[in-house]
Amino acid sequence: MAVTNMTKLTLGPIAYHWSADRRRDFYARIADEAPVDEVYLGEVICSKRAPFQEADLPTIIERLERAGKRVVLSSLAEVMLTRERKATADMAAMDSHEIEINNAAGLYARGKRPHRIGLFMNAYNEATIKWMADQGATHVVLPTELPAPAIAVATRVARDLGLDVEVQVFGRASLAVSARCYHARAHGRTKDNCQFVCEDDADGMPLTTSDDQPILRVNGIQTQSESYVDLLPEATRLVGDGVTHLRLMPQAVDMVAVAQVFRRTLDGDHELSEAEAELRRICGDTPFSNGFFYGEAGYRRIANVNRV
Amino acid sequence: MSLAELICPAGTPAALRTAVDAGADAVYCGFQDATNARNFPGLNFTPDELAESVTYAHAKGAKVLLALNTYPPAGRVDLWRQAADTGARFGVDAFIVADMGVADYIARTHPGVRLHLSVQAAASSPEAIRYYCENFGVKRVVLPRILTIPEIRQIRKEIPCEIETFIFGNHGLMVEGRCSLTNYLTGQSTNLDGVCSPASDVEYVRHDDGSMSSQLAGFTIDCFGPDEKAGYPTICKGRYTAPHRQEGYYAFEEPISLNLSRLLPELIEAGVHAFKIEGRQRSKSYVRNVVKAFRAAVDDIRAGREANIADLVALTEGQKQTQGAFETKKWR
Repeated sequence: MAVTNMTKLTLGPIAYHWSADRRRDFYARIADEAPVDEVYLGEVICSKRAPFQEADLPTIIERLERAGKRVVLSSLAEVMLTRERKATADMAAMDSHEIEINNAAGLYARGKRPHRIGLFMNAYNEATIKWMADQGATHVVLPTELPAPAIAVATRVARDLGLDVEVQVFGRASLAVSARCYHARAHGRTKDNCQFVCEDDADGMPLTTSDDQPILRVNGIQTQSESYVDLLPEATRLVGDGVTHLRLMPQAVDMVAVAQVFRRTLDGDHELSEAEAELRRICGDTPFSNGFFYGEAGYRRIANVNRV
Repeated sequence: MSLAELICPAGTPAALRTAVDAGADAVYCGFQDATNARNFPGLNFTPDELAESVTYAHAKGAKVLLALNTYPPAGRVDLWRQAADTGARFGVDAFIVADMGVADYIARTHPGVRLHLSVQAAASSPEAIRYYCENFGVKRVVLPRILTIPEIRQIRKEIPCEIETFIFGNHGLMVEGRCSLTNYLTGQSTNLDGVCSPASDVEYVRHDDGSMSSQLAGFTIDCFGPDEKAGYPTICKGRYTAPHRQEGYYAFEEPISLNLSRLLPELIEAGVHAFKIEGRQRSKSYVRNVVKAFRAAVDDIRAGREANIADLVALTEGQKQTQGAFETKKWR
């Protein structure tokens, strides 16, 4: 039996352009009520959005830390422009907090000082993880599309090297990033004159096929899954494989409630069937998926023996 | 002025010979498995075919670059290592890699063979490129198709390696090496399996009103009127609706080809060392025509003559073409 009550729950960085007010309120509640151990902060998707958050960041960090949460700062996934290069270098120079790096430019700047490997770093296999560990990585977030057998092998090797291992278990999957902003494009604009239309879509802008099937979500330069990844029924197996951290991605639903469902289930205080039903209630009509985990199409929801 | 090598696609041994005969400075190719990003049925090389092809190319003064540019999933790393060992044994001139573990293995095991950084590594800043140069001895970076010429010129000044850019062919929209769209709909991964919108999952469905929809794994990617030519259902070239775009629109990009012919002189002047023609999945005649036309243009420019750009532009005549991000950042 895996020791799931030792497993850490993390809250990933907000992918969307939530307003400063919304972020403040969100993290205040997370600090006070959410049973998460670690919170990732920082703009990962679009460097144009970062200035809107910077003023509040110290207050949010302080609030979370006072509540006993460990704060980790996440770096940009795409680094091309001067301001992106500078933001990445500045973060890599930080000593005050742990940092999670999402682009090789960040690895370059960080050198061999300790850091976490983010979701966008393509740590797909044991050889790459070994390389990263030798360069100072202490923690690796595995790519969301990695299937279960590869997760098991990657985790075993990473743990043997002394690394913590994190897997996303809730929220939309990041499926692609681009240099082009698809939010701006949808509104007949370009990235440079986007006027931050992405702020209107707190859970991403839905794309639907011509025969009315919801398929993808647009979030600025990022394309996400229509479904929320839900690996609650697979959590025990992940922990059994040695995964130390389970990541919840912030969506526009009651994330405190989501965190409580996961925590209670991990602590054994909640029957899985009951927990799944509650998660279902919290998330409304959004479909759940776990296809990547089973090596199937990512959008699929595969039943397993533990699943209701 | 840079050497302006012409790097040409070889999906089959026949296409390789065609490209070499048409004047390619180098050809790039892969094995018939997940170790390269064009793992399509009927394409690519057996080890024997690669050995013969290297001999053929070298006899004609052309180089062979072996694409090992996918990401091994944990537990399957050996397939990529064996492919590298085989390539080294046959004397390929360079490996094109993306995964750090694969790069590290080759740098340690085959230090005599050049490493090129694949576009799949998505290195789009001088710092990211230097990371691969300093750690793995990368000699050339294939730049993502997202940079303007002034940005390329600037990067050139800040990195210790050669630059290769795409100049013609498929116009990739997403950052390569960071795209799981195909895996989301089909269960086959671009990064892990070398598959993108696979033909095995494609279906064209004719409707009663004469319209035709192109589907991938049961998802309608685009829909065409009775008089329209149905295009291939690539996810990032599909038409979708959004809350305020109910008419359906190309949410990411139109089905369009990249053609940088007009920018060729400027790219050479900017210090681009090598120009990559995309299209390992293309026919021999396509490869012959495109390579010949670019060969003539590059030779003209190198000799200080006016290149006949019209011939190159005509290669995509009838198709929509774009200069993508290269001309203006308004593309973004």
